[in-house]
Amino acid sequence: MQLKGAQIIWECLVRKGVKVVFGYPGGAILPAYDAMLDYPIHHVLVRHEQGATHMADGYARASGTVGVAIATSGPGASNMVTGIATAMMDSVPIVCITGQVGSKVIGSDAFQEIDVTGITLPITKHNFLVTHPEEIAQAIREAFFIAESGRQGPVLVDITKDAQQASAEFEWDDTPVRLPGYRPQHRPQSAELQRAADLINNAQRPLILAGHGIIMSSGCGEVLAFAERTDTPIALTLLGLGGVPASHPLNLGMMGMHGEAWVNSAIQQADLLLAFGMRFDDRVTGNLQTYAVNAKKIHIEIDPSEINKNVNVDVGIVGDLRETLLELLPYVAERKHAEWRAHIDGMKGEVAVRDIQYLPDSGHLYAAHVINDLWRLTKGQAIVVTDVGQHQMWEAQYYKHEQPRTLITSGGLGTMGFAFPAAMGAKFARPDTEVWAIVGDGGFQMTAAELATAAQEKIKINVAIINNGYLGMVRQWQEFFYERRYAATPLRNPDFVKLAEAHGLVGIRVTKRAEIPSAYEAALAEPGTVLVDFRVEQEDSVFPMVPAGADLHAMIRRPSPLAETAADP
Amino acid sequence: MLHTLVAYVEDKPGVLNRIASLFRRRAFNIESLTVGHTEQLGVSRMTIVIDGSQTSVERVEQNLYKLVNVLRVDDVSSLPAVVRDLALIKVKTSPQTRSEILQLAHIFRARIVDVSKTTVILEVTGDENKIEATIEMLRPFGIVEMVRTGVVAMVRGPGRFDPAEVAAWASATRKPGERDANSNISSSV
Repeated sequence: MQLKGAQIIWECLVRKGVKVVFGYPGGAILPAYDAMLDYPIHHVLVRHEQGATHMADGYARASGTVGVAIATSGPGASNMVTGIATAMMDSVPIVCITGQVGSKVIGSDAFQEIDVTGITLPITKHNFLVTHPEEIAQAIREAFFIAESGRQGPVLVDITKDAQQASAEFEWDDTPVRLPGYRPQHRPQSAELQRAADLINNAQRPLILAGHGIIMSSGCGEVLAFAERTDTPIALTLLGLGGVPASHPLNLGMMGMHGEAWVNSAIQQADLLLAFGMRFDDRVTGNLQTYAVNAKKIHIEIDPSEINKNVNVDVGIVGDLRETLLELLPYVAERKHAEWRAHIDGMKGEVAVRDIQYLPDSGHLYAAHVINDLWRLTKGQAIVVTDVGQHQMWEAQYYKHEQPRTLITSGGLGTMGFAFPAAMGAKFARPDTEVWAIVGDGGFQMTAAELATAAQEKIKINVAIINNGYLGMVRQWQEFFYERRYAATPLRNPDFVKLAEAHGLVGIRVTKRAEIPSAYEAALAEPGTVLVDFRVEQEDSVFPMVPAGADLHAMIRRPSPLAETAADP
Repeated sequence: MLHTLVAYVEDKPGVLNRIASLFRRRAFNIESLTVGHTEQLGVSRMTIVIDGSQTSVERVEQNLYKLVNVLRVDDVSSLPAVVRDLALIKVKTSPQTRSEILQLAHIFRARIVDVSKTTVILEVTGDENKIEATIEMLRPFGIVEMVRTGVVAMVRGPGRFDPAEVAAWASATRKPGERDANSNISSSV
């Protein structure tokens, strides 16, 4: 049937199962917006295109399907850049559709023209410039296929205005996409599996390092089965949190710069590291020269270019984590590592007393207390979306995730402003689940304009602002490494309660720990989005901390609660 | 050690840009890069020379494969291959030096493709060493200008790389620097 290019876009999206898109209209995408009204897709009007990409990202991470964002040419497209880069670094499948100026004027510096395929070349998995209506369907089909297969990631489809306006024959092609140069599937070879199994079966102090890949491959159950069979403890990366229940006895918790001391110590003492769907980021390894020097390493990873990139491994297996583990399991023997596990438990016991949870609040409001109390009050069942900074690390330490896809955070790019819009995207994906955005007072203000979107959409999410009046993590670095010279970190904030009220939303202020439960109940009872302004301790720091580039075992440890109480007047 | 990679890529707009962007972004150092048509419609062939001591050849291969438009990459460094670079060299001449330059051209099997009263253009083909040697011998006469195509390579024997066939993924699991003797790269040529 003959359809306009603009209609073909929506025909394709409907057939890809898209229910909601996040976007902002403008000249070059107007034909598509006009056609949109005739299709059963809900459009969320954001206040800035960055918000649209983060919403699509949050939607994708919460649902496990592709999120879609749409914007016009020029500034609309360039505003998407941060969101696309965020999705790229964390391997999140989103498809961004942008309008482009007419094909006849491309290259002439036309009004709102920008070379968005050029700009996004290094931050997309692939991108397309479509100049003819008959190419639209194929490009969108391929975009979805590339975004959600292999190592997932963002794909951008830039469609010229004349391609949207002109007509072409449309017939939906439901056959599998064939791209000759794109081969996302790799089957592990039996020789590799045998080499890996030999190391596993002979290890005395094995440790699993599990990352985002265990969630992206839906391989969490297989990781647990492997860990239980081989009695191997599991350390998680930030993006791996939730992949293994926090309450599981083999789960040690988070590794890395703000990982727990026993986890980092275990990594340094292990004789075998099993890296499952993670990429040895500098935030988890510290100094590579001294990283896990005693350990043999097995790396199972879907992206061949990650193997031997940062850490040289003894066995590298390229493949989908879940499928690879299913194939590997028959090769590995049942093991017991009682001594090794007792040793780790010993390290844990020593550190646990330093835990800020046990610190008396003495009338102060500590961020860690807020997050820990939120964990208790939500019974650990909420989807929590965090921004970037101190609160993000406290959340990782004190909110115990039991389910995959319940922690959504910008790990790789560390994008401040991510959480609030991403939480809205997550809510669209999982409308029946309680969603909390935990944000800092700095990061929240980067995308606070989306409050208007939340109000317009009448969407119900809860925003916990961990408000310490500083760009807290930068302030912490200044305290530790720059002699407390607080350059550009103190914030003079708006009244967040009034800000919520200005949008017709509810704001609640909390200044004491005792007020947290009632604030929580009030937030829950409110049908619309609620901002809770937690006025926390101003100069609090995240412990433990491995200074950037330092040895993983050279942690700045959490001060003991006794010392802290003594110092407290 | 210099490594020569042969890459088959889809002949589509922007593909060269994608590859150049990849090398820049990942800070890969390349010695030379050439691109041209092949016997197959819609498929271009690149020859990329990399200094293995500066840049991991495995990482280059793996990252090239991540580009959707890259069909196949083979490292031909350890295979018997014809490797050729072409240079056009414009050299100053005088009645005194012309015959000596012609003699050098003969020795290097270079062709004289242009003669003026004060210059000649030599066209010389060969591997990089031969070109370098030619240039060194001509330099004392005064090189006015020079252009080189960069290296192209083709493996000897009856076989060919098939861009439609997956090259050995063994490269992903090789230890750095270790070559895989049993990969289907060598068996298909």
